[in-house]
Amino acid sequence: MSLGPYASFILTSYALATVVVLILVAWIAIDYRRQKQRLHALDASGVIRRSGRSVADSR
Amino acid sequence: MTLIDLANPTRFLSLTARLLPWLAAFTAVLLLIGLYQSAMAPDDYQQGATVKIMFIHVPNAWLSMFVWGVMSLAALGTLVWRHPLADVAAKAAAPIGAAFTFLALATGSLWGRPMWGTYWEWDARLTSVLILFLMYLGLIALWRAVEDPSRAARAAAILTLVGAINLPIIKFSVDWWNTLHQPASVMRMGGPTLDSAFLIPLLVMALAFSLLFVTLHLAAMRNEILRRRVRALQMMQASQRSA
Repeated sequence: MSLGPYASFILTSYALATVVVLILVAWIAIDYRRQKQRLHALDASGVIRRSGRSVADSR
Repeated sequence: MTLIDLANPTRFLSLTARLLPWLAAFTAVLLLIGLYQSAMAPDDYQQGATVKIMFIHVPNAWLSMFVWGVMSLAALGTLVWRHPLADVAAKAAAPIGAAFTFLALATGSLWGRPMWGTYWEWDARLTSVLILFLMYLGLIALWRAVEDPSRAARAAAILTLVGAINLPIIKFSVDWWNTLHQPASVMRMGGPTLDSAFLIPLLVMALAFSLLFVTLHLAAMRNEILRRRVRALQMMQASQRSA
């Protein structure tokens, strides 16, 4: 597969898309972990939800 | 499970926990198939191999508008029906929409340089998409600036609906004005003008990116629900301490 004289433009486009998608995935995964940690910390401090469930129970 | 059941954030979290692994796996497989088909697609007789940028650029351009459309429906849900998940859906979609719009602009620019001889031209299509990108950033800033989620929700919903005026301008800009950008070649009256050698990889990539949006959006909504739960509990904890 030859990409011709404009290979750098094509490869940069695909690389950029890959990086942006990976940043989005990582950001969402890190944010999820952070929120779960905060809920566990609140659970450990004895805060109780109005439903009576554990605060760390995200279901 | 009916739509009204999903108004309950706890039920929504339970559903996303079951759906997300399957959606993520299906998205990854479809992206790999789409990338393989894009790599194997023939060169265009005029554009040569640069036509491969289309398989990245066009799905992102479609999604940049589609995500704002989703946010507009969510804005109606916030203002009219006061659906508890409507603002969560809009807020979670905005950064993803901004990322797709950035990719549409950046890959379009990288495609434009070899084909048009310039990275950027202030024509109607490019400028209206740039405005869409700035509107995404403005909305994200608004949600961050207002601490109370319910107050931020109403302001963001109004801004989203006003911004939706830009969607038909983007879509029809190539018909209404003389632009450097080519007119629609897939979503047009009379059917697509693209050869199937290009159309099939393009549609597979569009489907893969759409599934990617659904997956990321559900995950981001889950995070936003948890963030609001944390905030409510921290306020409860503060009021218990002061009592």
